Amino acid sequence: MSACPDKELLLHALADNELDAGNVLALEAHIATCHGCAAELEAIREVKARLKAAPLAYEAPQSLLDRIDAALTEAEAPPSQARRRRGVGSETWVLSGTGAALAASLALVAFIPAGANLQLALVDAQARSLEASHLVDVQTSDRHTVKPWFNGKVDFAPPVVDLAAQGYPLVGGRLDRIDGKRVAALVFHRGAHVINLFIWPGDAPSAPLMQQKDGYNLVRWGQGGLVFWAVSDCDPAALSGFQKEFAAQTKP
Amino acid sequence: MSGRLLPFRRSPARASVGGTSSFSSAPSGARREGPAGTAAPSSRPSEAPRFRELIAPHIDAAYSLSRYLARDAAAAEDIAQEALLKAFRNLDALRGGEVKPWLMAIVRNTYFDWRRRDNGRTVTGLAADVAMAETPADDASAEDDLIRQGDVAALRRAIETIPEPFREALVLRDLEEMSYRDVAETTGVPMGTVMSRIARARRMLGERMGVLEATA
Repeated sequence: MSACPDKELLLHALADNELDAGNVLALEAHIATCHGCAAELEAIREVKARLKAAPLAYEAPQSLLDRIDAALTEAEAPPSQARRRRGVGSETWVLSGTGAALAASLALVAFIPAGANLQLALVDAQARSLEASHLVDVQTSDRHTVKPWFNGKVDFAPPVVDLAAQGYPLVGGRLDRIDGKRVAALVFHRGAHVINLFIWPGDAPSAPLMQQKDGYNLVRWGQGGLVFWAVSDCDPAALSGFQKEFAAQTKP
Repeated sequence: MSGRLLPFRRSPARASVGGTSSFSSAPSGARREGPAGTAAPSSRPSEAPRFRELIAPHIDAAYSLSRYLARDAAAAEDIAQEALLKAFRNLDALRGGEVKPWLMAIVRNTYFDWRRRDNGRTVTGLAADVAMAETPADDASAEDDLIRQGDVAALRRAIETIPEPFREALVLRDLEEMSYRDVAETTGVPMGTVMSRIARARRMLGERMGVLEATA
Protein backbone atom coordinates (compact mmCIF):
# COMPACT_ATOMS: atom_id res chain seq x y z
CA MET A 1 0.00 0.00 0.00
CA SER A 2 1.46 3.30 -0.94
CA ALA A 3 0.48 6.87 -1.50
CA CYS A 4 -1.18 8.07 -4.68
CA PRO A 5 1.69 9.28 -6.90
CA ASP A 6 -0.02 12.58 -7.69
CA LYS A 7 -0.48 13.32 -3.98
CA GLU A 8 3.04 12.73 -2.74
CA LEU A 9 4.35 16.30 -2.91
CA LEU A 10 1.12 17.61 -1.45
CA LEU A 11 1.50 15.27 1.52
CA HIS A 12 4.95 16.67 2.21
CA ALA A 13 3.61 20.18 1.86
CA LEU A 14 0.78 19.37 4.28
CA ALA A 15 3.28 18.01 6.80
CA ASP A 16 5.28 21.21 6.34
CA ASN A 17 2.26 23.51 6.81
CA GLU A 18 2.88 24.91 3.37
CA LEU A 19 -0.56 24.26 1.90
CA ASP A 20 -3.26 26.88 1.62
CA ALA A 21 -6.63 26.25 3.22
CA GLY A 22 -8.33 25.05 0.04
CA ASN A 23 -5.69 22.43 -0.68
CA VAL A 24 -5.64 21.33 2.94
CA LEU A 25 -9.38 20.68 2.85
CA ALA A 26 -9.22 18.74 -0.40
CA LEU A 27 -6.24 16.67 0.72
CA GLU A 28 -7.69 15.90 4.13
CA ALA A 29 -10.88 14.70 2.49
CA HIS A 30 -8.80 12.43 0.28
CA ILE A 31 -6.70 11.10 3.17
CA ALA A 32 -9.86 10.21 5.07
CA THR A 33 -10.63 7.60 2.43
CA CYS A 34 -7.14 6.64 1.22
CA HIS A 35 -5.12 4.48 3.60
CA GLY A 36 -2.03 4.67 1.43
CA CYS A 37 -1.89 8.45 1.61
CA ALA A 38 -2.74 8.46 5.31
CA ALA A 39 0.13 6.07 6.02
CA GLU A 40 2.48 8.09 3.86
CA LEU A 41 1.60 11.28 5.74
CA GLU A 42 2.31 9.56 9.04
CA ALA A 43 5.65 8.31 7.73
CA ILE A 44 6.63 11.78 6.52
CA ARG A 45 5.76 13.23 9.91
CA GLU A 46 7.85 10.53 11.57
CA VAL A 47 10.90 11.35 9.42
CA LYS A 48 10.48 15.03 10.21
CA ALA A 49 10.09 14.34 13.92
CA ARG A 50 13.25 12.24 14.00
CA LEU A 51 15.22 14.89 12.16
CA LYS A 52 13.97 17.46 14.59
CA ALA A 53 14.71 15.35 17.67
CA ALA A 54 18.42 15.18 16.88
CA PRO A 55 20.62 18.30 16.89
CA LEU A 56 21.78 17.76 13.32
CA ALA A 57 22.64 21.32 12.37
CA TYR A 58 26.26 22.12 13.09
CA GLU A 59 27.41 24.89 15.38
CA ALA A 60 30.05 27.20 14.05
CA PRO A 61 33.44 26.41 15.56
CA GLN A 62 34.94 29.01 17.86
CA SER A 63 37.84 29.54 15.47
CA LEU A 64 35.40 30.73 12.80
CA LEU A 65 33.67 33.10 15.23
CA ASP A 66 37.05 34.46 16.22
CA ARG A 67 38.14 35.04 12.66
CA ILE A 68 34.92 36.82 11.77
CA ASP A 69 35.02 38.84 14.96
CA ALA A 70 38.63 39.84 14.30
CA ALA A 71 37.70 40.98 10.80
CA LEU A 72 34.81 43.04 12.16
CA THR A 73 36.92 44.53 14.92
CA GLU A 74 39.45 45.58 12.35
CA ALA A 75 36.74 47.12 10.19
CA GLU A 76 35.32 49.02 13.13
CA ALA A 77 38.57 50.72 14.01
CA PRO A 78 42.09 50.69 12.64
CA PRO A 79 44.29 48.56 14.91
CA SER A 80 46.27 51.46 16.35
CA GLN A 81 43.09 53.29 17.26
CA ALA A 82 41.51 50.24 18.79
CA ARG A 83 44.52 49.75 20.96
CA ARG A 84 44.53 53.34 22.12
CA ARG A 85 40.84 53.34 22.95
CA ARG A 86 41.22 50.25 25.00
CA GLY A 87 43.42 52.11 27.44
CA VAL A 88 40.75 54.69 28.20
CA GLY A 89 37.60 54.36 30.23
CA SER A 90 36.37 53.01 33.48
CA GLU A 91 37.56 49.45 32.98
CA THR A 92 41.23 50.23 32.55
CA TRP A 93 42.10 48.66 35.86
CA VAL A 94 40.61 45.39 34.77
CA LEU A 95 42.64 45.36 31.61
CA SER A 96 45.95 46.07 33.21
CA GLY A 97 46.48 42.41 34.03
CA THR A 98 46.09 41.29 30.48
CA GLY A 99 47.07 44.54 28.83
CA ALA A 100 50.23 43.22 27.30
CA ALA A 101 48.47 40.25 25.81
CA LEU A 102 45.66 42.43 24.50
CA ALA A 103 48.05 44.73 22.78
CA ALA A 104 49.85 41.81 21.25
CA SER A 105 47.23 40.94 18.69
CA LEU A 106 43.72 41.74 17.66
CA ALA A 107 42.97 38.09 17.14
CA LEU A 108 43.68 37.46 20.77
CA VAL A 109 41.45 40.35 21.74
CA ALA A 110 38.66 38.72 19.81
CA PHE A 111 39.30 35.42 21.51
CA ILE A 112 39.43 36.72 25.05
CA PRO A 113 37.00 39.57 25.34
CA ALA A 114 38.03 42.66 27.20
CA GLY A 115 37.57 42.53 30.93
CA ALA A 116 34.29 44.36 31.20
CA ASN A 117 32.41 42.12 28.79
CA LEU A 118 33.91 38.97 30.15
CA GLN A 119 33.00 39.90 33.68
CA LEU A 120 29.44 40.63 32.67
CA ALA A 121 29.25 37.30 30.89
CA LEU A 122 30.61 35.51 33.93
CA VAL A 123 28.30 37.26 36.35
CA ASP A 124 25.36 36.57 34.07
CA ALA A 125 26.36 32.93 33.83
CA GLN A 126 26.56 32.79 37.63
CA ALA A 127 23.15 34.39 38.01
CA ARG A 128 21.68 32.15 35.34
CA SER A 129 23.05 29.03 36.97
CA LEU A 130 21.04 29.87 40.08
CA GLU A 131 17.82 30.19 38.15
CA ALA A 132 15.92 27.65 36.14
CA SER A 133 17.38 24.69 37.97
CA HIS A 134 20.33 24.53 35.66
CA LEU A 135 23.05 24.63 38.23
CA VAL A 136 24.62 21.35 37.23
CA ASP A 137 24.40 18.85 34.36
CA VAL A 138 26.13 16.17 36.36
CA GLN A 139 25.29 16.23 40.03
CA THR A 140 27.76 14.44 42.24
CA SER A 141 30.39 15.19 44.79
CA ASP A 142 32.57 12.48 43.29
CA ARG A 143 35.28 14.12 41.26
CA HIS A 144 35.93 10.80 39.51
CA THR A 145 32.46 11.10 38.03
CA VAL A 146 32.64 14.76 37.15
CA LYS A 147 35.99 14.67 35.40
CA PRO A 148 35.21 11.99 32.79
CA TRP A 149 31.81 13.58 32.23
CA PHE A 150 33.59 16.46 30.49
CA ASN A 151 35.33 14.07 28.07
CA GLY A 152 34.21 14.85 24.57
CA LYS A 153 32.14 17.81 25.73
CA VAL A 154 35.06 20.20 25.89
CA ASP A 155 38.38 19.79 24.13
CA PHE A 156 40.47 20.12 27.27
CA ALA A 157 40.58 18.30 30.59
CA PRO A 158 39.48 20.53 33.47
CA PRO A 159 41.00 19.54 36.82
CA VAL A 160 38.34 18.46 39.28
CA VAL A 161 38.85 18.28 43.03
CA ASP A 162 36.48 18.07 45.94
CA LEU A 163 37.24 20.64 48.61
CA ALA A 164 34.70 19.44 51.17
CA ALA A 165 37.41 19.07 53.80
CA GLN A 166 38.34 22.71 53.25
CA GLY A 167 34.71 23.85 53.48
CA TYR A 168 33.92 23.97 49.76
CA PRO A 169 32.05 20.76 48.84
CA LEU A 170 31.85 19.90 45.14
CA VAL A 171 28.25 19.89 43.88
CA GLY A 172 28.78 18.93 40.26
CA GLY A 173 29.69 20.20 36.84
CA ARG A 174 28.04 21.54 33.74
CA LEU A 175 28.79 22.91 30.33
CA ASP A 176 28.33 26.60 29.88
CA ARG A 177 29.02 29.19 27.27
CA ILE A 178 30.95 32.31 28.02
CA ASP A 179 31.08 34.71 25.16
CA GLY A 180 30.23 32.05 22.66
CA LYS A 181 32.94 29.74 23.88
CA ARG A 182 32.20 26.38 25.38
CA VAL A 183 33.61 26.23 28.87
CA ALA A 184 33.61 23.81 31.77
CA ALA A 185 31.88 24.97 34.94
CA LEU A 186 32.42 23.32 38.31
CA VAL A 187 30.01 24.12 41.09
CA PHE A 188 30.94 24.29 44.76
CA HIS A 189 29.09 25.27 47.87
CA ARG A 190 30.32 27.62 50.55
CA GLY A 191 27.71 27.47 53.25
CA ALA A 192 24.55 28.76 51.57
CA HIS A 193 26.52 30.34 48.74
CA VAL A 194 27.27 28.87 45.36
CA ILE A 195 30.66 29.19 43.73
CA ASN A 196 30.82 28.72 39.98
CA LEU A 197 34.29 27.94 38.68
CA PHE A 198 34.59 28.52 34.92
CA ILE A 199 37.52 26.92 33.14
CA TRP A 200 38.78 27.19 29.58
CA PRO A 201 42.11 26.95 27.76
CA GLY A 202 44.19 30.11 27.74
CA ASP A 203 46.96 31.97 29.43
CA ALA A 204 46.61 33.99 32.59
CA PRO A 205 49.06 34.87 35.34
CA SER A 206 49.08 32.30 38.11
CA ALA A 207 48.76 35.07 40.70
CA PRO A 208 45.07 35.48 41.57
CA LEU A 209 43.34 38.69 40.55
CA MET A 210 40.34 39.60 42.70
CA GLN A 211 37.57 41.73 41.24
CA GLN A 212 34.03 42.80 41.98
CA LYS A 213 31.14 43.22 39.61
CA ASP A 214 27.46 43.80 40.31
CA GLY A 215 27.74 42.57 43.88
CA TYR A 216 29.60 39.41 42.93
CA ASN A 217 33.19 38.63 43.71
CA LEU A 218 35.36 37.20 40.98
CA VAL A 219 38.84 35.81 41.07
CA ARG A 220 40.91 34.86 38.09
CA TRP A 221 44.07 32.82 37.87
CA GLY A 222 45.91 30.67 35.38
CA GLN A 223 47.49 27.27 35.71
CA GLY A 224 48.71 24.66 33.26
CA GLY A 225 47.43 26.43 30.14
CA LEU A 226 43.96 26.94 31.58
CA VAL A 227 42.20 30.08 32.74
CA PHE A 228 40.09 29.85 35.89
CA TRP A 229 37.40 32.29 36.93
CA ALA A 230 35.59 31.69 40.19
CA VAL A 231 32.42 33.72 40.70
CA SER A 232 30.33 33.88 43.82
CA ASP A 233 28.33 36.11 46.11
CA CYS A 234 30.19 34.77 49.13
CA ASP A 235 32.54 37.17 50.84
CA PRO A 236 35.88 37.97 49.20
CA ALA A 237 37.89 36.24 51.93
CA ALA A 238 35.98 32.99 51.41
CA LEU A 239 36.42 33.21 47.65
CA SER A 240 40.08 33.97 48.04
CA GLY A 241 40.38 30.96 50.35
CA PHE A 242 38.65 28.83 47.73
CA GLN A 243 41.11 30.00 45.09
CA LYS A 244 44.10 29.12 47.28
CA GLU A 245 42.76 25.66 48.11
CA PHE A 246 41.81 24.82 44.54
CA ALA A 247 45.10 26.05 43.10
CA ALA A 248 47.03 24.14 45.77
CA GLN A 249 45.10 20.90 45.16
CA THR A 250 45.51 21.05 41.40
CA LYS A 251 49.14 22.07 41.30
CA PRO A 252 50.91 19.78 38.84
CA MET B 1 21.62 19.05 25.46
CA SER B 2 23.18 21.54 23.18
CA GLY B 3 25.32 23.40 25.64
CA ARG B 4 24.23 26.59 24.06
CA LEU B 5 22.93 28.43 27.05
CA LEU B 6 23.63 32.00 26.15
CA PRO B 7 21.48 33.74 23.62
CA PHE B 8 24.24 33.72 21.19
CA ARG B 9 25.92 36.65 19.53
CA ARG B 10 22.99 38.93 19.91
CA SER B 11 25.39 41.66 18.72
CA PRO B 12 25.31 45.11 20.04
CA ALA B 13 26.37 48.30 21.53
CA ARG B 14 27.34 46.89 24.87
CA ALA B 15 29.73 44.51 23.26
CA SER B 16 31.88 47.32 21.99
CA VAL B 17 32.83 48.72 25.36
CA GLY B 18 36.51 49.41 25.30
CA GLY B 19 36.78 49.04 21.57
CA THR B 20 36.61 45.30 21.38
CA SER B 21 33.55 43.35 20.73
CA SER B 22 32.14 39.94 20.63
CA PHE B 23 29.14 38.21 19.25
CA SER B 24 27.62 37.07 22.41
CA SER B 25 25.84 39.18 24.89
CA ALA B 26 24.88 37.51 28.06
CA PRO B 27 21.27 37.79 29.08
CA SER B 28 20.68 40.38 31.68
CA GLY B 29 17.34 42.07 31.87
CA ALA B 30 18.66 45.25 33.35
CA ARG B 31 21.24 45.73 30.68
CA ARG B 32 19.52 44.49 27.62
CA GLU B 33 19.67 46.91 24.73
CA GLY B 34 16.57 48.28 23.14
CA PRO B 35 14.91 46.69 20.14
CA ALA B 36 17.08 45.50 17.31
CA GLY B 37 18.48 48.37 15.37
CA THR B 38 19.18 50.78 18.16
CA ALA B 39 22.75 49.68 18.30
CA ALA B 40 23.72 50.60 14.78
CA PRO B 41 25.23 54.02 14.37
CA SER B 42 24.31 55.71 11.15
CA SER B 43 27.83 56.76 10.35
CA ARG B 44 29.27 55.24 7.26
CA PRO B 45 32.75 54.10 8.23
CA SER B 46 31.74 50.55 8.94
CA GLU B 47 28.84 48.21 8.51
CA ALA B 48 30.11 46.07 11.35
CA PRO B 49 27.25 46.89 13.74
CA ARG B 50 24.70 46.00 11.08
CA PHE B 51 26.53 42.78 10.43
CA ARG B 52 26.43 41.91 14.11
CA GLU B 53 22.76 42.64 14.26
CA LEU B 54 21.59 40.98 11.04
CA ILE B 55 24.12 38.39 9.99
CA ALA B 56 25.75 37.20 13.19
CA PRO B 57 22.61 35.36 14.37
CA HIS B 58 22.91 33.18 11.25
CA ILE B 59 26.58 32.24 11.54
CA ASP B 60 25.74 28.75 12.77
CA ALA B 61 23.34 28.25 9.88
CA ALA B 62 25.95 29.45 7.40
CA TYR B 63 28.52 27.08 8.80
CA SER B 64 26.09 24.18 8.98
CA LEU B 65 25.11 24.55 5.33
CA SER B 66 28.78 24.82 4.31
CA ARG B 67 29.50 21.71 6.31
CA TYR B 68 26.73 19.66 4.74
CA LEU B 69 27.68 20.85 1.27
CA ALA B 70 31.46 20.38 1.56
CA ARG B 71 31.24 17.40 3.93
CA ASP B 72 34.56 18.42 5.43
CA ALA B 73 35.09 20.47 8.59
CA ALA B 74 38.12 22.48 7.47
CA ALA B 75 36.70 23.25 4.04
CA ALA B 76 33.38 24.20 5.60
CA GLU B 77 35.08 26.69 7.88
CA ASP B 78 36.91 28.32 4.98
CA ILE B 79 33.76 28.47 2.88
CA ALA B 80 31.66 29.89 5.70
CA GLN B 81 34.27 32.51 6.51
CA GLU B 82 34.58 33.59 2.91
CA ALA B 83 30.80 33.75 2.56
CA LEU B 84 30.33 35.74 5.77
CA LEU B 85 32.97 38.25 4.78
CA LYS B 86 31.37 38.52 1.34
CA ALA B 87 28.06 39.20 3.06
CA PHE B 88 29.77 41.82 5.20
CA ARG B 89 31.21 43.61 2.18
CA ASN B 90 27.90 43.47 0.35
CA LEU B 91 25.52 44.36 3.16
CA ASP B 92 24.27 47.26 1.05
CA ALA B 93 22.63 44.77 -1.27
CA LEU B 94 20.45 43.50 1.54
CA ARG B 95 18.42 46.64 2.22
CA GLY B 96 14.97 45.47 3.13
CA GLY B 97 15.33 41.88 1.97
CA GLU B 98 15.13 38.68 3.98
CA VAL B 99 18.45 37.97 5.65
CA LYS B 100 18.63 34.20 5.84
CA PRO B 101 17.86 33.20 2.24
CA TRP B 102 20.20 35.93 1.07
CA LEU B 103 23.04 34.75 3.29
CA MET B 104 22.45 31.09 2.51
CA ALA B 105 22.57 31.83 -1.22
CA ILE B 106 25.96 33.49 -0.70
CA VAL B 107 27.17 30.43 1.23
CA ARG B 108 25.98 28.20 -1.56
CA ASN B 109 27.65 30.24 -4.29
CA THR B 110 30.84 30.38 -2.28
CA TYR B 111 30.73 26.62 -1.99
CA PHE B 112 30.33 26.18 -5.74
CA ASP B 113 33.21 28.60 -6.35
CA TRP B 114 35.32 26.70 -3.87
CA ARG B 115 34.52 23.38 -5.48
CA ARG B 116 35.44 24.71 -8.90
CA ARG B 117 38.67 26.21 -7.59
CA ASP B 118 39.51 23.21 -5.51
CA ASN B 119 38.81 20.98 -8.48
CA GLY B 120 39.09 17.68 -6.73
CA ARG B 121 42.08 18.47 -4.54
CA THR B 122 39.94 17.96 -1.49
CA VAL B 123 38.05 14.80 -2.33
CA THR B 124 35.68 15.13 0.57
CA GLY B 125 32.45 14.42 -1.21
CA LEU B 126 33.95 11.72 -3.39
CA ALA B 127 35.62 10.10 -0.40
CA ALA B 128 32.33 10.01 1.44
CA ASP B 129 30.58 8.48 -1.56
CA VAL B 130 33.27 5.87 -2.03
CA ALA B 131 33.32 5.02 1.66
CA MET B 132 29.58 4.57 1.53
CA ALA B 133 29.71 2.34 -1.53
CA GLU B 134 32.44 0.19 0.02
CA THR B 135 30.80 -0.22 3.40
CA PRO B 136 30.50 -3.96 4.10
CA ALA B 137 26.99 -5.24 4.65
CA ASP B 138 27.54 -5.82 8.37
CA ASP B 139 28.71 -2.27 8.91
CA ALA B 140 25.89 -0.96 6.79
CA SER B 141 23.28 -2.67 8.91
CA ALA B 142 25.04 -1.51 12.10
CA GLU B 143 24.94 1.98 10.65
CA ASP B 144 21.24 1.67 9.90
CA ASP B 145 20.67 0.53 13.47
CA LEU B 146 22.36 3.68 14.69
CA ILE B 147 20.23 5.76 12.33
CA ARG B 148 17.09 4.11 13.68
CA GLN B 149 18.21 4.87 17.21
CA GLY B 150 18.52 8.53 16.31
CA ASP B 151 22.30 8.62 16.69
CA VAL B 152 23.35 12.12 15.72
CA ALA B 153 26.63 11.21 14.02
CA ALA B 154 24.99 8.40 12.04
CA LEU B 155 22.13 10.66 10.96
CA ARG B 156 24.60 13.30 9.85
CA ARG B 157 26.50 10.71 7.82
CA ALA B 158 23.23 9.54 6.32
CA ILE B 159 22.37 13.07 5.25
CA GLU B 160 25.85 13.40 3.72
CA THR B 161 25.23 10.45 1.46
CA ILE B 162 22.17 12.07 -0.11
CA PRO B 163 23.03 13.53 -3.55
CA GLU B 164 23.67 17.24 -3.46
CA PRO B 165 20.53 18.99 -4.69
CA PHE B 166 18.33 16.82 -2.47
CA ARG B 167 20.66 17.09 0.50
CA GLU B 168 20.73 20.86 0.23
CA ALA B 169 16.94 21.11 0.07
CA LEU B 170 16.58 18.86 3.12
CA VAL B 171 19.16 20.78 5.15
CA LEU B 172 17.51 24.11 4.38
CA ARG B 173 13.99 22.87 5.05
CA ASP B 174 14.31 20.34 7.87
CA LEU B 175 17.42 21.51 9.70
CA GLU B 176 17.19 25.25 9.10
CA GLU B 177 13.38 25.23 9.00
CA MET B 178 13.19 27.62 6.09
CA SER B 179 9.96 27.98 4.14
CA TYR B 180 9.61 26.48 0.65
CA ARG B 181 9.68 30.00 -0.72
CA ASP B 182 12.95 30.81 1.06
CA VAL B 183 14.52 27.53 -0.02
CA ALA B 184 13.49 28.33 -3.60
CA GLU B 185 15.00 31.78 -3.29
CA THR B 186 18.24 30.42 -1.85
CA THR B 187 18.68 27.67 -4.41
CA GLY B 188 17.32 29.58 -7.40
CA VAL B 189 14.87 26.93 -8.55
CA PRO B 190 11.04 26.92 -8.77
CA MET B 191 8.98 25.89 -5.77
CA GLY B 192 7.83 22.70 -7.44
CA THR B 193 11.45 21.64 -7.81
CA VAL B 194 12.10 22.44 -4.18
CA MET B 195 9.13 20.31 -3.17
CA SER B 196 10.17 17.29 -5.18
CA ARG B 197 13.77 17.56 -3.92
CA ILE B 198 12.60 17.65 -0.32
CA ALA B 199 10.35 14.66 -0.93
CA ARG B 200 13.19 12.70 -2.57
CA ALA B 201 15.61 13.50 0.23
CA ARG B 202 13.14 12.52 2.93
CA ARG B 203 12.39 9.30 1.12
CA MET B 204 16.09 8.38 1.01
CA LEU B 205 16.46 9.10 4.72
CA GLY B 206 13.12 7.55 5.59
CA GLU B 207 14.13 4.28 3.95
CA ARG B 208 17.25 4.07 6.08
CA MET B 209 15.24 4.96 9.17
CA GLY B 210 12.88 2.14 8.23
CA VAL B 211 10.03 4.62 8.16
CA LEU B 212 9.22 5.30 4.51
CA GLU B 213 8.80 2.62 1.88
CA ALA B 214 11.40 2.32 -0.83
CA THR B 215 9.12 3.44 -3.64
CA ALA B 216 6.01 5.49 -3.61
